[in-house]
Amino acid sequence: MKRIVFALLATVFSLSLAGAACAQGTLRIGMTASDIPYTGGQTDNGFEGFRFVGYQIYEPLIAWDLTRGDRLAPLVPGLAESWEVKKGEPTKWTFKLRQNVKFHDGSPFNADAVVFSFESIKKKDAPHFDPYGSGQVAFRLASLKAMKKIDDHTIEIETDKPTSFVPYQICYMLVVSPAQWQKFKDWRKFAEQPSGTGPYRVTRFVPRERLELEANKQYWDAKRRPKIDKLVLLPLPEPTTRLAALRSGQVDWIEVPPPDSIPQLKGAGFQIAMNSYPHNWTHTLRLDKEPWNNKLVRKAANYAVDRVGICKSLLNDTCIPATGVVYKGHPWFGKPKETYEYNPAKAKELLRQAGFDGTKHPAKAVQLISTSGSGQMLPLAMNELIQKNLKEVGIDIDLQPVEWNTLLTRWRAGFKTPDNEGLNAWNISWNFLEPWSGFGRFFHSKSVVPVSVNTMPYINPEADKLIDEAERTFDVPKQNEILAKLHEIIVDDAPWIFVVHDQNPRALSAKVKGFVQPQSWFVDLTAVTVR
Amino acid sequence: MWTYAGRRLLLAIPTLLGASIIVFAMVHLAPGDPIAAVMPAESSKAEIEATKRAYGFDKPLPVQYLVWLGRIAQGDLGRSIATRRAVILDVRDALANSLVLALSSSLLAFAVGVALGLLAAFRQGRALDKLASAIAVVGVSIPHYWAGIILIIIFSVQLNWLPAMGASDGGDIVDYLRHMTLPTVALALIPLGVITRVVRSAALDVLNQEFVLALRAKGLAVRRVFTHVVKNSAPQIFTVLGLQFGFQLGGSVLVETVFSWPGTGYLLNLAIFQRDIPVLQGVILVLATFFVLLNLAVDLLQTLVDPRIARH
Repeated sequence: MKRIVFALLATVFSLSLAGAACAQGTLRIGMTASDIPYTGGQTDNGFEGFRFVGYQIYEPLIAWDLTRGDRLAPLVPGLAESWEVKKGEPTKWTFKLRQNVKFHDGSPFNADAVVFSFESIKKKDAPHFDPYGSGQVAFRLASLKAMKKIDDHTIEIETDKPTSFVPYQICYMLVVSPAQWQKFKDWRKFAEQPSGTGPYRVTRFVPRERLELEANKQYWDAKRRPKIDKLVLLPLPEPTTRLAALRSGQVDWIEVPPPDSIPQLKGAGFQIAMNSYPHNWTHTLRLDKEPWNNKLVRKAANYAVDRVGICKSLLNDTCIPATGVVYKGHPWFGKPKETYEYNPAKAKELLRQAGFDGTKHPAKAVQLISTSGSGQMLPLAMNELIQKNLKEVGIDIDLQPVEWNTLLTRWRAGFKTPDNEGLNAWNISWNFLEPWSGFGRFFHSKSVVPVSVNTMPYINPEADKLIDEAERTFDVPKQNEILAKLHEIIVDDAPWIFVVHDQNPRALSAKVKGFVQPQSWFVDLTAVTVR
Repeated sequence: MWTYAGRRLLLAIPTLLGASIIVFAMVHLAPGDPIAAVMPAESSKAEIEATKRAYGFDKPLPVQYLVWLGRIAQGDLGRSIATRRAVILDVRDALANSLVLALSSSLLAFAVGVALGLLAAFRQGRALDKLASAIAVVGVSIPHYWAGIILIIIFSVQLNWLPAMGASDGGDIVDYLRHMTLPTVALALIPLGVITRVVRSAALDVLNQEFVLALRAKGLAVRRVFTHVVKNSAPQIFTVLGLQFGFQLGGSVLVETVFSWPGTGYLLNLAIFQRDIPVLQGVILVLATFFVLLNLAVDLLQTLVDPRIARH
């Protein structure tokens, strides 16, 4: 018996020693995605796909500068050196392309490659049309109507109307290698041996398990050539598995550690990276039905929520309170009249003015929430706290939890379907990376379902006017001023219950150095080193 | 014998067809939309409808079923919506990984379970017996996914001896063995408990028979008595071993998910959450076929051993 025990222990021990050695300069990342994001160009899995696959293998014409954490990530030249709107013809844009850039397969980057990539998304009858990739990104390029080659290093884009939002759309179009596609004439096979111009190139692809990339030594921007040799991406959708993988040293970096594990991780010497970024977690309210059709009730709800409590006690400081669509300090914040802080007395007073009384005539609403989901943080616990907060001032909300994809499907259909008729709000988190995602799709009367996703519906001619004006304004500081004015109006109208902005927590082992958490959904992995 | 085998083989066809209808219906009745699941949250309804058409999900269900069946007849399980890889490749890789775990965990459970059970029987009522019984009770009572989490905490997080998840860090066979260890132990716990208890009681039954008393009275050494007992309780032990191995082959969604072990259970779990209908259908159908064939093989083996069964 003793001998057996010894033999077993010896086996376990020798097995454990065998794997201790590890390649140098390898960064291993545990993602929240349940699968490796699509590698065939126009990636999937939302912005996590763009973060780790899209923007590492490929590049857009206009890119995000993710090297600093002290400001909102701005757009900078990517594969285009410069761009401008044609004088006298504001629907036409000219892009001057970068020269001497090569794809991972060695073929040259040029205007043909850009047009090829555009057609793979937009031209349904082209042989290289990629229906899956197109489905992932076409809606982000909504106003781009046509693209043509002027010469080898110049292209022209035509939009459906004069719009200053073009750079915010073109930053999502990733440029793929036509030469590599010609080898297979099949996007699935291309995805297994992808070729872009980005700082990392794919070396090994094990579906559903791991994606291995190596540094692109020929990367055109010498300053951004990766410092590590190898990047490994692992889909680890289970939070506990992700945490265990980090703590056991199988990965060096995990996305979204569970908030209650953060103090423990810090104690064990792990780094927690956090920063504000364009994310909001809200209840989007139904404005054509009681109780949320009354502005006073909406304001009451906003004053009733204990946001500091949610961030401090529930989420271990991984978020900041939200008092608007964007956070204070953001160029679009402006000077709203209302600052929604925790003030139950004021909330009760507002409700009384609206004609509701907590005991005799309580305000009642049904809110559709999710059990989990990308960007949703801890939806069940957070919503229970909100429910309690609202109950205290006399608003009874009934929470209806559904699975994340079900919530999205029902939300897209709007409130006026048999399924959704009984609802008064949905709890979904959003990005506000650019004016359209932040405002246009939600607050313009032309965006009412089914055209886009103004589900509430929020109809305000003044808001329409400002959104249109922002779109026509090509000067960014001026555009920011207009959007700040718009934001002031929206905060005052309170069509949402503003709750928190996530801080995008990620946990890194002590070996990882040189990472800067930008104010963005995306990351720059070129400056990172692993000791 | 041969006509019997042929008849059973023919009977397996309607069974499989029935299974395929149930699999198809179940997967499509479940809530959630396969295309909506892979599209970005911000995409509009019109874009989702267009993608649906591209995948043939706009056609009526019976038509979709016949198309699917027609492809299966040609050995094509379709393509995953999420990875766009052929489902047959995904299922093949996953099945191989699950079989490895089934084998390793069964071997571990058999070896330890039989040893513990026999020891307990020979030391009935003593400390060793109590210990073995305690291990058996713990083995069958602890949820194995929970045991998996505890194993990860102890051996991966605290001691840092073994990897917490996955099947490989991109290394060699030793790397694979290291990754296998914890899930093997977690999966072995339940059969270990069952086997220990059955072996103990089977050996005790034999030990209480008069021939054992006679052997002892004749002055036979304990070791020789032991051999006789083992031989006589073997049929019962083999039955339970066979049953337990069958269960292990089914894999475990929970244990594989806890360890992110890329087997059929993990694949099923992923496919369910991604609404990856072709993968879901493919995995379930392959597993169902596997069981039908396994049953068939067992039946035929029994007939071979005991020809009387064939007549019924």
